[in-house]
Amino acid sequence: MSILHCLILSALLFTIGTVGVIVKKNIIAIFLCIELMLNAVNLSFVAFSRYLNQVHGQIFVFFVMVVAAAEAAVGLAIAIALFRNRNTLSIDDADIMKW
Amino acid sequence: MEDWLFYLFGAIALTAALFVVLMKRVFYSALSLIICLCAIAGIYLLLEAPFIAAVQIIVYAGAIMVLFLFVIMLLDPFSGALPADKRKYLRYCALVLGAATLLLLVPLLRSYDPGGTPHDSVSATTATGSVSVLAETLFRDYLLPFEVTSVLILVAIIGVVVLAKRQT
Repeated sequence: MSILHCLILSALLFTIGTVGVIVKKNIIAIFLCIELMLNAVNLSFVAFSRYLNQVHGQIFVFFVMVVAAAEAAVGLAIAIALFRNRNTLSIDDADIMKW
Repeated sequence: MEDWLFYLFGAIALTAALFVVLMKRVFYSALSLIICLCAIAGIYLLLEAPFIAAVQIIVYAGAIMVLFLFVIMLLDPFSGALPADKRKYLRYCALVLGAATLLLLVPLLRSYDPGGTPHDSVSATTATGSVSVLAETLFRDYLLPFEVTSVLILVAIIGVVVLAKRQT
């Protein structure tokens, strides 16, 4: 297991998350894919932290997790508000700000 | 042994990530994302980051995913199946874009040179992984960002209450 293996795994996970964000239509599924992308980046942070022998990467992962938690909470609240007002979870129907 | 475990966890994480995208029902996507997060936590353990692995399990797979499942169970039974997307080309566009992302990322990562050998000395690795070193750095060098995150969480809490409250 070298750093390259971790980085390639991280890149694969990130790519799967990117494809999911584009393909999915359900807003909650898109949030799940965004969480997947955040985790891929966290994995590369920890890998670099291990191989550069510095603890700063792990601290960054900590902050990313905090931001991800806040993002998930606000995003899910937006999903609830969307469902309440438009009675849908599809992002194709949430086009009121489209010009 | 370590290599073997890495490949095992990596295969589990990749398969679960694929299922996150491929599953039709959001509920199953969320469940397979939990599996993926747990596998990534295993890789964190292999990378000698036990604190991050524990936080990954407790906060991510525990708290955040429970929040997701809560909202899915609150909303999904009523939403039914979303109407099938007419634009099939979007799927092919996504595949092309994914391949392009990989083609960009992988050579970039391959070109990275860690600069000498990875640190294998026992004292160094145990120093990096231990919680006390992490805490010392977090509360000395990163004290201000740490405090700012509490403000961020407070803002998120207020925002969630305002957004999700029933307008009367």
